[in-house]
Amino acid sequence: MQFLICLHINPAVLDALTDDEKTAVQEGHGKFIETLKESGELLTTQALADPSQSAVVTVRGGKTVVTDGPFLEAKEHLGGFYLVDCEDRERAIELAALIPDAGIEGLGVEVRQVMFACGQLEA
Amino acid sequence: MSTPSPAPDVEGLLRDLAPRVLGALVRGNGRFEDCEDAVQEAVLAATTQWPAEGVPGNPRGWLTTVAARRLIDQARSDLARREREAATAAEVGPGEVPDTDDTLLLLFLCCHPTLTPASQTALTLRAVGGLTTAEIAGAFLVPEATMAARISRAKQRVRAAGSTFGPPEGPELQERLPVVLHVLYLIFNEGYTASSGDRLDRPDLAHEAIRLTRAVHTQLPEDGEVTGLLALMLLTEARRPARTTASGDLVPLVEQDRTAWDRTLIEEGTALVRTALAGPALGPYLLQAAIAATHADAAKAEETNWAQVHALYLILERIAPNPMVTLNRAIALAETESPEAGLTLLATLDGDDRMARHHRLLSVRAHLLERAGDTQGAYEHYRRAAKATASLAEQRYLQARAARLSGGTSGGRPGPGRRG
Repeated sequence: MQFLICLHINPAVLDALTDDEKTAVQEGHGKFIETLKESGELLTTQALADPSQSAVVTVRGGKTVVTDGPFLEAKEHLGGFYLVDCEDRERAIELAALIPDAGIEGLGVEVRQVMFACGQLEA
Repeated sequence: MSTPSPAPDVEGLLRDLAPRVLGALVRGNGRFEDCEDAVQEAVLAATTQWPAEGVPGNPRGWLTTVAARRLIDQARSDLARREREAATAAEVGPGEVPDTDDTLLLLFLCCHPTLTPASQTALTLRAVGGLTTAEIAGAFLVPEATMAARISRAKQRVRAAGSTFGPPEGPELQERLPVVLHVLYLIFNEGYTASSGDRLDRPDLAHEAIRLTRAVHTQLPEDGEVTGLLALMLLTEARRPARTTASGDLVPLVEQDRTAWDRTLIEEGTALVRTALAGPALGPYLLQAAIAATHADAAKAEETNWAQVHALYLILERIAPNPMVTLNRAIALAETESPEAGLTLLATLDGDDRMARHHRLLSVRAHLLERAGDTQGAYEHYRRAAKATASLAEQRYLQARAARLSGGTSGGRPGPGRRG
């Protein structure tokens, strides 16, 4: 089963971390990636640029209008994701719990099952 | 990834020969993981060379020689420690390959109890099935790198577990055979019903599972569960042509065009069930096969012997209690007694957390509510079931059922699977 583990980050929460805590988060992700690679459960992982850099595209009456993002005004936004292939939902949750973000007060990671996939995926 | 697919006959030959060559090498050398790598390289070489240059006169000898050479190359790079083993490897020449079928031994090794089911299935397909890593990755819709890591990790575990290359015997065989059968069952299911994704079935894996189960059945013809599993696969596979519409939509069992079922597979499966039922043991696979045979026996859905189906599920529920079995018994009970009786039985599953939000429980309840005349309840449950499933084909089917009740459109946003 494939699951997308979404990292909903809150810049205010992350900014409030100490330098040591920030380093620990980074190292935690590195360790998590190694764990996933070794177990053969990693499909791919990507981190996204800051939402202030995003563009919102709408097409109305054939005209394309581009405005500065983000599309949703919220405290949290999608910072990145892990796409994993694992045994079942329980294992996906077990993996999600290994992600440092899950242990930070004010943050949480979201596990969603993949329903349709198409295209080459080379991690 | 760029390796072209070999012609089907070359492919079939390679899949048949790979476990035999691997078995011979492991007998001579031990070191399952190194031998498996060597055989995989030999298979890859054959995949590119044979279609272009023709199949050699002694294909098994060719593969054994190439694999043995790879093994020697490997051993030479670590000479001091492996000199003795390399000498042994060199002794396995084309003329000396013993004509034994090691399929069962390799299966026990690949389905080692310390491995996860995902690792067991991957390793089984590669070492026993003779599939390349790229093919297995393609079948499971994961990147090749992911599958390579999974297989490599599985082999490390087999080594760490200190497996010896010998058949488990007596009680150990009886304890480990179910793991092997479960892995074959998983491979079949992965092929028959993709756990997620747009395509409802991936025929190659189902065929591969049947081929491997046949091989096990040849070696253990007296085992009722092996026979039962083979029969179950054949009887399920027989329905494939009627299981989806031309546009890929799911057709439930009672609505399938039974004239499209594969009679040859049904006859073979039914004969196997009959033979095994005469034996001493009655296991879960054999019971499920007997249920499938009962369905296959009815030329029309309304001629189904539901009393027999219900009785078989009742026995299955006693020897292998499982919420899914109870769920299926509720469907049979709705036919033999009333939809209300089926719904009462379903209610006993509500306490099970995993079942409570499972799409199968929701869709069966929707179906029974519809039959009981509760249109509104049925509509709501079809909609909830459609949200709960991760299969696009099932979702389309459930949305259509809901739409039929409301008289409107399916209401759901079309998924990517609805393209043209």
